Amino acid sequence: MGRITLTNVDRDFGKLRVLHGIDLDIGDGELVVLVGPSGCGKSTLLRLIAGLDKPSRGTIAIDGKDVTQVSAAQRGLAMVFQSYALYPHMTVRQNLAFGLENQRMPKAEIEARIAEAARMLEIAPYLDRRPGQLSGGQKQRVAIGRAVVRNPTAFLLDEPLSNLDAELRISTRAEIAALHQRLGTTMVYVTHDQIEAMTLADRIVVMRAGRIEQVGPPLEVYNAPANLFVAGFIGSPRMNLLPVKIRSASVREVAVEGPGGFTARIAVNGSGLKAGEEATLGIRPHDFRMSDGGEGDLSGQVNLVEALGPETVVHATIAGDRRLIVVLGAQAGGAVGKAMHFRPDPQRLHLFDAAGQRVPSA
Amino acid sequence: MSSIVTFLSRRRDGRSWHWTDIVTWVWLVGGLIIMFGPAVWLVGSSFKTPGQLAEFPPTILPYVSQKAMVEGYDKPLTLYRVMQPDGSTKVMAEVRRVGIVAQMVDPEAPGEIVKVNISERRPVRQIGFATENYVEPLKKNDFLLYLRNSVFVTLTATLITLFTNSMAAFALSKYRFRGRDLVMVLIIGTLMVPLSVVLVPLYSVVSAVGLFDSLWGVILPTVATPTGVFLLRQYMLTIPDELLDAARMDHASEWQIYWRIILPLSAPALAVLAIFSVVWRWNDFLWPLVVLSRKELYTLQVGLNTYAGQLNVQWHFILAMTVVTMIPVVLVFVFLQRYITSGIAGSGLK
Repeated sequence: MGRITLTNVDRDFGKLRVLHGIDLDIGDGELVVLVGPSGCGKSTLLRLIAGLDKPSRGTIAIDGKDVTQVSAAQRGLAMVFQSYALYPHMTVRQNLAFGLENQRMPKAEIEARIAEAARMLEIAPYLDRRPGQLSGGQKQRVAIGRAVVRNPTAFLLDEPLSNLDAELRISTRAEIAALHQRLGTTMVYVTHDQIEAMTLADRIVVMRAGRIEQVGPPLEVYNAPANLFVAGFIGSPRMNLLPVKIRSASVREVAVEGPGGFTARIAVNGSGLKAGEEATLGIRPHDFRMSDGGEGDLSGQVNLVEALGPETVVHATIAGDRRLIVVLGAQAGGAVGKAMHFRPDPQRLHLFDAAGQRVPSA
Repeated sequence: MSSIVTFLSRRRDGRSWHWTDIVTWVWLVGGLIIMFGPAVWLVGSSFKTPGQLAEFPPTILPYVSQKAMVEGYDKPLTLYRVMQPDGSTKVMAEVRRVGIVAQMVDPEAPGEIVKVNISERRPVRQIGFATENYVEPLKKNDFLLYLRNSVFVTLTATLITLFTNSMAAFALSKYRFRGRDLVMVLIIGTLMVPLSVVLVPLYSVVSAVGLFDSLWGVILPTVATPTGVFLLRQYMLTIPDELLDAARMDHASEWQIYWRIILPLSAPALAVLAIFSVVWRWNDFLWPLVVLSRKELYTLQVGLNTYAGQLNVQWHFILAMTVVTMIPVVLVFVFLQRYITSGIAGSGLK
C-alpha cells in the first residue's frame, strides 16, 4: 500500500515561504508527476514527502498514518536523485546492498534481492564496478535499482532523466513507465519537462511559486487548463493567449472580440462575465486551420515557417503587434512575408476571465 | 648518461639558450642545493668522528684515518704521508706526538724512530663510516626507548586527531545549526594563538588533571588542531549533500553516514592531515620538553637535547640521531604523497 496524503502543508525557509498550503492525495499505485518551472517548490515538496525535510505546518500521512515527524528511514520510501547520488567508493553491488544491510536483512535475502533487481534492470554485468566506471544511463539504472531492492511503499523520483542525453531519456522514460506497470507501486515523479509529465503520469500536478495550480490526468490538464499559467505551461508550442473584450455574455455562450476584428463565440457552462469586460482567449497552435479570410478570422503576416515534415509551424504577427504560432497539418506551405488567415476550431477555445481563471466551457 | 645531459640542457625552443632558460636553470639548481644540501651534509656528517666534525673546511663525505699494525706495537698506528727531504712522500706510522714534533716509524723498518715536524705530513684517509655514532646511542643511551615513546605519541595523537577533527568537520560542514559559523570562526581564530602564549595555562591544566610527566599529557593537548578541522571541513563541503540524503533514505544512522560515507570519501584530505599530524607530533619539541621530566618518557626530540650539555655538545650523536628521527617523516611522505592527488569523491556524480 502506498497512499500519500498531504494536508495543508507549508514550508518556510526563514521568512521566505516556498510552499503554500499544499493539499494533495496520491492514491495507491498511482504515478503522479509534479511539474512546474524551476523554483516552483516541486523538489522541496518531494523532500517533504521523503522525510528529508520537515514541513513548517500541516501533516503528511502515508496509508492513513501521520508520518510528519517520522524520519526518512522509517517512512519506507525510496528516492532516486537527480545526480543519482551513488556512493562513489562502493561497487554497484555494495550500493544496492547498503540500505538493506542497514536494516539488518539476512545476507541471503540481500543477495536474492540484488540478483532480482539486477536482472530486471539489466545491470548484472557491472555489479562489481564502481559508479565512476559506469555511463550515465548505467548509473541511472543503478540508482533506480537501489530504490527497487528496498521494496518501498512508494518511489520518489527527482528529475531522474535530466542528466541523460535526449535519446537515452526517451528509452529510460519508457522503462520507468514499464517498471511502474510491473511493480504497481506508487510513484511520485518530479520534472520540469512537460513531455515526461504527459507521457508518464496518471495524474499531473502543476505547480507554480509554491502553490498547486491544477491536478488532473494529463489530457484533462491539456484540454481544460484551470488558469492562464497552466494553459501557457502545458503544451508545446505554447498556447496562443489573445487579449479579448467581451461583447456579449449569457449563461450558455460568450461572444468576444479580439485584435484586428477577430471575433469568436465560445459555448460556456455558466459564467459571471459581463459585456465590456477584459478577458483572455487561449487557442492552441494545433487548433487552427487555414482559411481564405472570412469574417472574424485572424489575419497575420508570416515571419517564419518551420517545416518539420509531419507538420508545419508558422510564426505570424497579427494586429496589435502580437505573435501567433500556428501548427498546420503536413506540409502546408506558406511563405515568409505573405499574409495568411487562420480560423480556430470553435470547440477548442479556452476562455479565461480577468483574474486568469478558466471560464468553464460547455 | 646522454639522456641526463639532454634532460639538464632542455630549453624552451630546444635550440638556443634564452635568458629565461639560464635563470630557470640557475634557480632550480640553486634551489636543489639550498634545499637538499643540508640534508646531504647531515647524512654525511652523521658518520663522522668528533675529530673530523671539528675540521675546517668541512667535507661532505666522512673520512677516517687509515691505521696499520706495525711490528713491535700493540695497538694499530695511524698512517701519515710524510714529505721527505728529497721531495718524495712516504707512508709512515705515528708512534706518539710531542708538541709539533711527531715520532714516526716506517712500517717497513719498525725498529727506527724518525722525528717529523707535523706540518710536513698529511694523514692517509679513506672514506669510512663511524657507525658507532648510531650504535652507541641506540644501544647504551636509551634511544630505542625514546624511539618507542615517539612512535607511541605520534601514532596515538594522529589517530585521535583524525578521529576528532573529522567529526568536528563533519558537523561543521554538513549540519545547519545556530552558531555554526561562529564556532568555525572561533576554531580558525585559535590558529593565531601561538603555543608560547598558552604554554603556562596549558601546563596548569595538564598538571591539574594529573597528566604531568605522562605521554598522554603530550598527546591530548595537541589533538584538536584548527588546521585539521578547517582542511577537512573544506574538503567535506565538496561532498554532495545528496549522498547524505541518499544514505538517510537507505536507513543509515548519522553515525553510519559519518563512518561509511563521509570518512571513506574524505580519504585524500585525511591522508593530508595524517601527514601533517605525523610530522607535527614527531617533530614536537617544546611541549614534550615541558611536560616530560622522567628520562624514560622522553621522546626522540627531547632525547636529542640531552646531547647538548652545558659544557660540551656531542655533535656526532646529535647528527646521527637526527638522521634517525628524520627517517619516519620521510617515509610517511613518500608513501602518503600519492594519496593527496587521487581524489575519489565526486566520481559517482555527474
